[in-house]
Amino acid sequence: MALPPPDPQFVLRGTSAAVHTLHFSCGGQEPDFPILFSGQSGFVHVWNLKTRRVETALDGHGRKSVYWVETMGAKDRLLSQGRDQRICLWDLAEGRTSVTDSVFTENVGFCRCSLLKVAQERWLMAMATKALEEVQVLELPSKTSVCTLKPEVGAKLGMPMCLKLWQLDTGSQPWLVAGYEDGSVILWNLSMGKVWSQLVCHQEPVMSLDFDSEKAKGISGSSEKVLSIWSLNEQQNLQVYKTHELINSGISDITIRSDKKILATAGWDHRIRIFGWKKMKPLAVLDYHTATVHCVAFSDHRNPSERLLAAGSKDHRISVWSIYAQT
Amino acid sequence: CSLPGGSDCSVSFVSQVVGKVCVHGGQKDILGVLVPQLTELTQSDCIWQRICWRLVESVPDRWMEAVLLGFVQSAPGADALSRLLGNLVVKNKKAQFVMTQKLLLLQYGYTTAVLQNVLGYLSLDNLRRALLIKVLQELLETWGSSSAVRHSPVEQQLYISKAILICLSHLKEPEIESCRQELLTNMMAGVKCHLDSSLPQIRRLGMIVAESVSVKINTDGPVLKFQYEEDNETQELKSLLVQAPQHCVVPSLADNRNERAEAALPGELEAAEKPQTATQVVPEEESDTELDSDDDLVPYDMSEDKEIKSTKAPVYIRDCIEVLTGSDDVHKWDATIKALEGLIRKNPAATREVSVELAKILLHVEEKSCIEGFAVLRQKAQVAVLTTDPIPVAQYLTSQFYSLNYSLRQRMDILDVLVLAAQEMSSPKFYGKNKPSNAQKPCIQLLPESNSSKDWRKIVDERIKSKTRRFAKGRSQAETDAGPNKFNSVAGHFFFPLIQNFDRPLSTFDLLGEDHFVLGRLVHTLAILMYLAASAMVVTTMGKALLEFVWALRFHTDAYVRQGLLSCISSILLSVPAAHLLEDVAEALVETQCWLADVVEKDPDGDCRRLALQNLLLMENLKKKLETAPS
Repeated sequence: MALPPPDPQFVLRGTSAAVHTLHFSCGGQEPDFPILFSGQSGFVHVWNLKTRRVETALDGHGRKSVYWVETMGAKDRLLSQGRDQRICLWDLAEGRTSVTDSVFTENVGFCRCSLLKVAQERWLMAMATKALEEVQVLELPSKTSVCTLKPEVGAKLGMPMCLKLWQLDTGSQPWLVAGYEDGSVILWNLSMGKVWSQLVCHQEPVMSLDFDSEKAKGISGSSEKVLSIWSLNEQQNLQVYKTHELINSGISDITIRSDKKILATAGWDHRIRIFGWKKMKPLAVLDYHTATVHCVAFSDHRNPSERLLAAGSKDHRISVWSIYAQT
Repeated sequence: CSLPGGSDCSVSFVSQVVGKVCVHGGQKDILGVLVPQLTELTQSDCIWQRICWRLVESVPDRWMEAVLLGFVQSAPGADALSRLLGNLVVKNKKAQFVMTQKLLLLQYGYTTAVLQNVLGYLSLDNLRRALLIKVLQELLETWGSSSAVRHSPVEQQLYISKAILICLSHLKEPEIESCRQELLTNMMAGVKCHLDSSLPQIRRLGMIVAESVSVKINTDGPVLKFQYEEDNETQELKSLLVQAPQHCVVPSLADNRNERAEAALPGELEAAEKPQTATQVVPEEESDTELDSDDDLVPYDMSEDKEIKSTKAPVYIRDCIEVLTGSDDVHKWDATIKALEGLIRKNPAATREVSVELAKILLHVEEKSCIEGFAVLRQKAQVAVLTTDPIPVAQYLTSQFYSLNYSLRQRMDILDVLVLAAQEMSSPKFYGKNKPSNAQKPCIQLLPESNSSKDWRKIVDERIKSKTRRFAKGRSQAETDAGPNKFNSVAGHFFFPLIQNFDRPLSTFDLLGEDHFVLGRLVHTLAILMYLAASAMVVTTMGKALLEFVWALRFHTDAYVRQGLLSCISSILLSVPAAHLLEDVAEALVETQCWLADVVEKDPDGDCRRLALQNLLLMENLKKKLETAPS
């Protein structure tokens, strides 16, 4: 007899706008408090998860929507990407809230950037640029361009919709998996700056994807009813592994937990679905929100039993769940 | 029988022996030895064939029938029969009568193989083919006669249908040409009688034969096509239309090895195809055997996860009524129909206010859009209304059953709804279903009870279980909650209005005349209602009324109606307490017993006879019970 799905552990209110992106930063040493960053219209809110209140509100994008936040290393350095075509780097140490640097992407799309740490104090960030189909990879904090990934002429991929930089282990060559508007997923080889493999996964634009570099398997969701799971074979070519039918169409975000055991999808049908990553076994359907869920994020707590899942939705709420934290 | 080869001996003595043995019942023994040997010998040797023909022709007429029947049953195939008998059927009048009339029309007990033998035999020689056509025409006439359809048993009709199909399979084009018109007329007349029948099996037989005849006579152009449920019987019948290549079953003959090898080849090809599909399936399964550490992630209950519907279903009964009567919005209408039964059950008080109106709407509502299972949804909603407010709705429905201007389908729907509602109200398990078990997630979860209170019971139970020796385990089903039988108080309202007006014909509805199918359904409905009212107060009055009703209709020509009447008697005997029966209706019971005995002997329908026998047994048991009871 299966248990009914759990209720959220707590729900954060007070954003007064649809929540577009979430990022946890809980791995710090005590006496730091765990933090959740949420991006919505105009502000990035820094939530204190112990008091469950907003600590600070960062206003750096001129009241335009923020649709990506990620920390660079420690939680006092934050990147945020907004609809004002800028990516801002914030310095949040010791109570400051100032933008120390920014990158002007000139991109009017919605493609979230991807950040990868390649060495101590060196990051790679992939972002969509002004040209419609291009992805540019920058090295941070120097902001030098590593390469520009241009699909060949006539490929008709459309805009890049989602990006994921990965490398097999620190020091090996980085790769980029990108999902495009025409439904295909492309594996880019960054050292050569060329397409390594391409796979058409969906009929509709790829809304979100995530990749597990250990198992060389990734998952992508789009606006249709199918989740597509693909893998890399020995020659690093993409091939379809399996597909999973959903009950309602539309996925806005997918994320795999850091222990690679479960993954969460944020759906347009207001529900968060949890699957087992190994075999895509459906595990739970979390039904709390009353509007489409825009983003899901897993926390990076060091202590496994404290791990959380957060989901931000158009109904201005962020629900935080504790699910499958014992394993 | 091993005759010395070549010498000139008279076979008439052998014929007489064979004939006498067969007449005395030794067909199987003697022919079991003779026929295989003769089949083998006549395979290639003309002389043996002639000997065999002389043998059968010399059998005296009075024993011809027995011998022929024996041959026909033990011959391994039509061509073997042809070799053994030659043109006996043309030369001998008695043989002709047996083969063309007696075997086919006057009895119906032989197997399909025998039919194949006989008709195949007739088709194998030009002299005999004329007989084949004559046989087909006679068969079709019998098949198509309306009195035969109504009064002859189902098994006989099946036998004749099979014979017709086999004949059709043997006919060649020019022969069909010559009798095309007659076949057509006979078939059209026959199919009408078959479709009129109340028994579904007869209707199906009619459809299959008509389709087959139509295919044969209209090789180009549109053919007749019916819709019916396929099952083993229909498959078997259709397979008779196609003549399979004859291969002898006699073993160890050189020719047959070739035939069997050919038959084996297609089988091998099939087997070769199968491994290919098997290998495709195997790789998928192998990946499943990897060690699965996902197993320790226990899934949660995902039953609430349903498709999002864009239109919301109405939440109030009166809204539903508005949508069903007025609205043009198809999505809303769909959502209403799907949600209606649930709403009715959850809001009994609100439903009772508008019950008759709702029943009226549901009776008349027609399918506006193609949703799946519309008929089922409507019926469930009707049953829900009826069980929520039985008396007024039952009054309405039973009065409408006898009103003008309803289609037969609607009248039968009324009967179905009454029966389903009665079943639901008289059955205990539905009582517990109305509790909303885990319909909504509780927003506040109750803390789990502290362990001590529940556990002691468990521990004590365990201890008792381990200490008791059990001799036999009783049924381990959980006991269903007991609840009051809601049907008892309303049984009369369901039953009496239905039984009152059956002999009053209306302009559009004549139960005793054309609409005997509805009468059959009505009778079956009354039987079920009687059975379910076993513990009602009015059961004796119901029983008396039903007994009179059955008595009035007991000689009805339709077998389906008669079956219903016999079920009514069973219900009366089972439901009405025995003491009341003997008090009030003793004379009627005796008369009924005489009638039942008559049915057991003379009724052409097998099911009727069986039901009548069961009723007689029930009456016997009743009498015995009363005799042994201390009174």
